Amino acid sequence: MAEVTLSNLSKSYGATQALSDVTLTIPDGAFVVLLGPTGAGKTTTLRLIAGLDRPDAGDIRIGGASVLADTPAQRDVAMVFQQYSLYPHLTVRENLAFPLRSPMIAMPEPQIAQRVKEVAEVLRIPHKLDNKATALSGGEMQRVSIGRALVRNPRIYLMDEPLSSLDAKLRADLRIELKRIHADMGATFLYVTHDQIEAMTMATHVGVLDQGRLAQFGTPRQIYEEPVTAYVASRLGQPHINLLPADAFGAAPPNAAQIGLRPEHIHVGEGQEATITRVEHLGDQTRLHLALGPHSLITLTEPHTPLKPGQTLHIRPMNPLWFDASGTRI
Amino acid sequence: MSNLSSSWSVTEPSRLSKWVAGVVVVLYTFITLLPLVWIISTGFKSGQDSISYPPKVVFEPSLEGYVNLFTTRTRVAAEEFQKLPPAETWYDQIVRDQGMVIAGPSRFGERFMNSVIIGFGSTALSILLGTLAAYAFSRFKVPLKDDLLFFILSTRMMPPIAVAIPIYLMYRELGLSDTHLGMILLYTAVNISLAVWLLKGFIDEIPREYEEAALIDGYTRFQAFRKVVLPQAATGIASTAIFCLIFAWNEYAFAVLLTSGNAQTAPPFIPTIIGVGGQDWPAVAAGATLFLLPVMIFTILLRKHLLRGITFGAVRK
Repeated sequence: MAEVTLSNLSKSYGATQALSDVTLTIPDGAFVVLLGPTGAGKTTTLRLIAGLDRPDAGDIRIGGASVLADTPAQRDVAMVFQQYSLYPHLTVRENLAFPLRSPMIAMPEPQIAQRVKEVAEVLRIPHKLDNKATALSGGEMQRVSIGRALVRNPRIYLMDEPLSSLDAKLRADLRIELKRIHADMGATFLYVTHDQIEAMTMATHVGVLDQGRLAQFGTPRQIYEEPVTAYVASRLGQPHINLLPADAFGAAPPNAAQIGLRPEHIHVGEGQEATITRVEHLGDQTRLHLALGPHSLITLTEPHTPLKPGQTLHIRPMNPLWFDASGTRI
Repeated sequence: MSNLSSSWSVTEPSRLSKWVAGVVVVLYTFITLLPLVWIISTGFKSGQDSISYPPKVVFEPSLEGYVNLFTTRTRVAAEEFQKLPPAETWYDQIVRDQGMVIAGPSRFGERFMNSVIIGFGSTALSILLGTLAAYAFSRFKVPLKDDLLFFILSTRMMPPIAVAIPIYLMYRELGLSDTHLGMILLYTAVNISLAVWLLKGFIDEIPREYEEAALIDGYTRFQAFRKVVLPQAATGIASTAIFCLIFAWNEYAFAVLLTSGNAQTAPPFIPTIIGVGGQDWPAVAAGATLFLLPVMIFTILLRKHLLRGITFGAVRK
């Protein structure tokens, strides 16, 4: 395990600037989650660290030493691809053993068998070991693909949306499993996802990418509670943060252009009148869609609320987030 | 009821169309196989049966053609013939029955081996060079890639025999005339463009993620190529190899022009059999039958790889 440092990293593919001037330290033993929409540079960051692409500028250090001149094999990293990329001509067992048989690791066969068995049990695929990789369901392929990283003990695990194609139950289980591996082995993870629950539950640190730039880096709580921009604020939170013109509730601080209201920032019972337009019962919570004059916003209420569409209630902001015209928080 | 519904099915072909298709396929198969049946059966006829008219479909099989193919024979005077000791072997006897004695082995075996060496040698070399070139064209940034690929293809835009005379002169100067190496290089040069283009198509279809995964898993690029790309390109390599072998194996014009004594292949040799002691059709047919076998066996051995779909579905698109 090792600390990974990216300094002033830039990369473009043709005319597309995929990553610009990203500086980021992944502490030894951290579980860093990268958030951002498609095209924000998440996968590019993983590929640069893995050595599959060369940066245009900047440096990558693993364990203190620059790895720019190293081949992917020499960097000693493991990666789970978004496409599972199982070797289709090999069985599941051979796929899992493949990294251990490489000249870089060259583990003795009895140990390989042991290791493959352990990992297969963690991922609940021991009964599939002798199947061809192509004879698996999507979820199973994804698990084998994660397994091919977990058999190793690399300096860092790079994971590109590894749980995205699994069903909800398995995703929840593997989330806990990955977290356990992280805790038990003290492994370092760089993990790309769209999923906010994955980010909030697994991450020790969250990095938010915006069009190739690192918008903010911090703990999940910092990112959620103290976002530096409206963009970062909108990456986390279910339902999304409500962004309204600053004067929607009257007085606003000078320079403020937008007011950002998460559900917990909306106090119900006094203030301005809002009309309920829709009530969504989600089971453990209920979402209220409100119309405040010309603006619409969403907040949460208790699961068994008697409120109905068409009714009105009074709301006021409570410790809201303020953003200026450029989207920077005040 | 079920009959009615199936006759109206949109996806199931109707009974009539199945019938028509069946008849067409059987007819076509018959027409295609007829010359093959003719050649194979002629090889097992006696000299008399082979030229009888109308042609005999049922005949007494004889190995005369095969014995004649592998031997040279001389006719001896009748009184001398009587004095000979009895034939020692079955093939001796077959030759005696024609009123001749065996003078020695023919050159067919040697010519056949030349064909094997040159055919398989040039196929192996075409595949080796073709796979490496196709991989480079598929994966690396090669300067002027499109121009190079077009240039490689352009070598096939005229019939190879059009350059026969320059090649003949060049080979004479280089001492490559009538050598195995010369013929292997020549057939490789003709086949390489086909090999590069076919294989590039197959390798393009193998997602890069596999190699990238292997690189990260601790392998060098060449090891990743060998362990991950090659097994998945097996289908393409097999079909390309069959095409290359068929060309090199059947090639006649260059073989006539550039080989005579040492490296002559079977195609120019087989027609010469007919000149030895009259029109020996069974021997020619026997030679043609044996000549068919290697390509047939090679194709059957690689048949498994010709079936596509080995890599289907392993990468989510």
